[in-house]
Amino acid sequence: MQLKYIDEFRDPGLARGLVEKTRAAWAGRPPMRIMEVCGTHTVSIARAGIRSLLSGVVTLISGPGCPVCVTPDGYIDAAVGLGMRPDTIIATFGDMLRVPGRRSSLEKERGNGIDARVLYSPLDAVEIAAKNKDKEVVFLGVGFETTAPSIAGAILAAADRKIPNFSVLSSVRTIPLAMEALASDPEVRIEGFLCPAHVSAIIGSDAYIPVAGKFGLPCVVAGFEPLDILCGIYMLLLQKKRGAASVENEYARVATAAGNRKALGVISRVFEPGDIAWRGIGVLPGTGLRIREDFSAFDAQVKFGIAVPSEAEKTACRCGDVLKGKITPPQCPLFGKACTPEEPYGPCMVSSEGSCAAYFKYGAA
Amino acid sequence: MCLGVPARVVEVAGASATVEVGGARREVSIMLLDGVSAGDWVILHAGFAIERLSAEEAERTLALFREISDATEIH
Amino acid sequence: MSGGKILLSHGEGGKRTRELIRKVIAKRFDNPVLAPLFDSGLLGRLDGEVAFTTDGYVVTPAIFPGGDIGKLAVCGTLNDLSVCGARPVAVSCSLILEEGFPVKTLETILDSMKAAADEGNVPVACGDTKVVEKGNADGIFITTSGVGILRDGWRPAPEKVRPGDRVILSGTMGDHQTAVLIARNRLELSAEILSDVAPLSSMLIGVLDAFGEKVRFMRDPTRGGVGVSLNEMAESSRIRIVLDETRLPVAEGVRGICEILGFDPLYLANEGKALLIVDGGAAEGIVAALRKTAYGRNAAVIGEATDGTPGVLMKTAVGGMRAVDYPVGDQLPRIC
Repeated sequence: MQLKYIDEFRDPGLARGLVEKTRAAWAGRPPMRIMEVCGTHTVSIARAGIRSLLSGVVTLISGPGCPVCVTPDGYIDAAVGLGMRPDTIIATFGDMLRVPGRRSSLEKERGNGIDARVLYSPLDAVEIAAKNKDKEVVFLGVGFETTAPSIAGAILAAADRKIPNFSVLSSVRTIPLAMEALASDPEVRIEGFLCPAHVSAIIGSDAYIPVAGKFGLPCVVAGFEPLDILCGIYMLLLQKKRGAASVENEYARVATAAGNRKALGVISRVFEPGDIAWRGIGVLPGTGLRIREDFSAFDAQVKFGIAVPSEAEKTACRCGDVLKGKITPPQCPLFGKACTPEEPYGPCMVSSEGSCAAYFKYGAA
Repeated sequence: MCLGVPARVVEVAGASATVEVGGARREVSIMLLDGVSAGDWVILHAGFAIERLSAEEAERTLALFREISDATEIH
Repeated sequence: MSGGKILLSHGEGGKRTRELIRKVIAKRFDNPVLAPLFDSGLLGRLDGEVAFTTDGYVVTPAIFPGGDIGKLAVCGTLNDLSVCGARPVAVSCSLILEEGFPVKTLETILDSMKAAADEGNVPVACGDTKVVEKGNADGIFITTSGVGILRDGWRPAPEKVRPGDRVILSGTMGDHQTAVLIARNRLELSAEILSDVAPLSSMLIGVLDAFGEKVRFMRDPTRGGVGVSLNEMAESSRIRIVLDETRLPVAEGVRGICEILGFDPLYLANEGKALLIVDGGAAEGIVAALRKTAYGRNAAVIGEATDGTPGVLMKTAVGGMRAVDYPVGDQLPRIC
């Protein structure tokens, strides 16, 4: 019943040892403020109960690494709008289905007749387009560098197979420059970064050298299994202890220094860098990936002549401050009251990786 | 934002491969990698194999955990 | 008959209906209570306190690896009776068929129902059949109700749960929902996973016969899985339950699917499992007894009741502590 390369990285004995050594190494010092950038880390940490194991040793701040959380609500409105067109199928990752836009969500609009389908892979959306030539299939391309090659791959497949009724409503963001923006915000007070596992598999651990260098912050790429996270945190603490600020890679079994060059090539064939808005944070220059003009036939914004509206913030929602790590979820005035998993006000609560959802589900401990 | 799972390549067919995770199988795209063969381990994300998993490095990482865990001195 | 498809006239009460009932439905359920085809099934005098339950079944696809909607409908109702300590006496079968539904499929489903009812030692005592226009039902909907007699001297007693009691799960989690998910084939996954749908009456009545009051209370963790049922149990008993993640039984194939899609097996539906809260000292003995039965081979103690605020917590594989709360809606495949 062992799942290879998963269960070995959840070994309870090794976990105990790592926790003991971490506590011993840090004894007596104030907790180190570490930002874990990636939403998958947020969920893994919560599911493994890591905060309870390292309380007093680290303060783990969840960053904006949840692509659903940082997608402006205007994007959902645009998706719903497209879904209401006749003969249109909206294909999406499950993560987006319940996210509220300004007016509604895809899930709610399914009740009103929108054809919104949850898929596991963007290639499945291309298949749906191939099998339904009389319909338009719009794929909601939301993600970071981990998912960008897959979204690009789907566009290339559609181009290759000459499938005109497929397009992507793109909402892709990149991580390293966003980390720099966070590191330079004095209110956030980060002392180290736990860097994402699979974003790093694509972009390479060297991508964090500028962050580490410019801001003097230790950066450790860590896998998503509990032992990876414990070890990654241990490595950050040791760097801090000796005053180092370099990039280390705990996830060497998958992520390399240079990343996946072929995947990076696929990304740059289809996408080009641009400016993009991060919900609750604002526009971060150069952190967006836009579909290139050569592939504009597959760009839903161009094809349907729509623009994803940039946000007018819902005022009471403090998702932005949660995403930046300025406040913890319970410090948002809406947490648990006007904003709950059943009736989410903002995406941090409904996204499977949102900090607020994780707090609610797994407890703050 | 990057839920990816280690999967074993069972069969390769052009730009696709069948991979297996604990008995669950799926056909995935291997267009992001070169020279994939049956028996290789890859990371599966959104229907694509996005990178390889190195058995050697995995063993090295586990050895590192053991070393930290068993260490008698505080670093 | 009728070119192999169900027609609206099959539900109108006339000749076609009688033909359907006699030649297809009642013929299969064949038992003395049903045979006269009165407007009610006459069960005779019942000796003891009566338990009564009902459930509707709408699963798609109607046939899936390990079973079908018919087996599900009968087992679900039998299990609702069994977890309350009732020996089943009779079940009913109410069918709503969509115009155009293949008769052959209906026959397969009815055969499954009969087999499940036989295994549960129970007649299908009465029923009803309606047909709706194409598009107004998803193929077939089944509602079953069940009547049972409570075992002497045992009642579900959530109020008797106390710290030190243990939580037992009779087998692996999430098999049913995973099998159905794969059968729907929208995620292009394959795995050899069978639904665990099964009638648990003899397994559970056997445990009650042997251990009586040492079993405080039981539930069957269907929709929402073990996670939801345990929260309900913790609420009813006003007790804290702490699970041990390393002791949760999950089949390899289900784990694989969960890792790929980002699912938590704690919240996946089961249709052939029971959760039991039992006296701490009797727990090992009850697990041993369950493991000797066909449907309890993977039974395990998965947690215990403790002092503290009511709710459900879990000690994780790496020794941390996290909450196991009610989920919001069904899990969706995620990339994050």
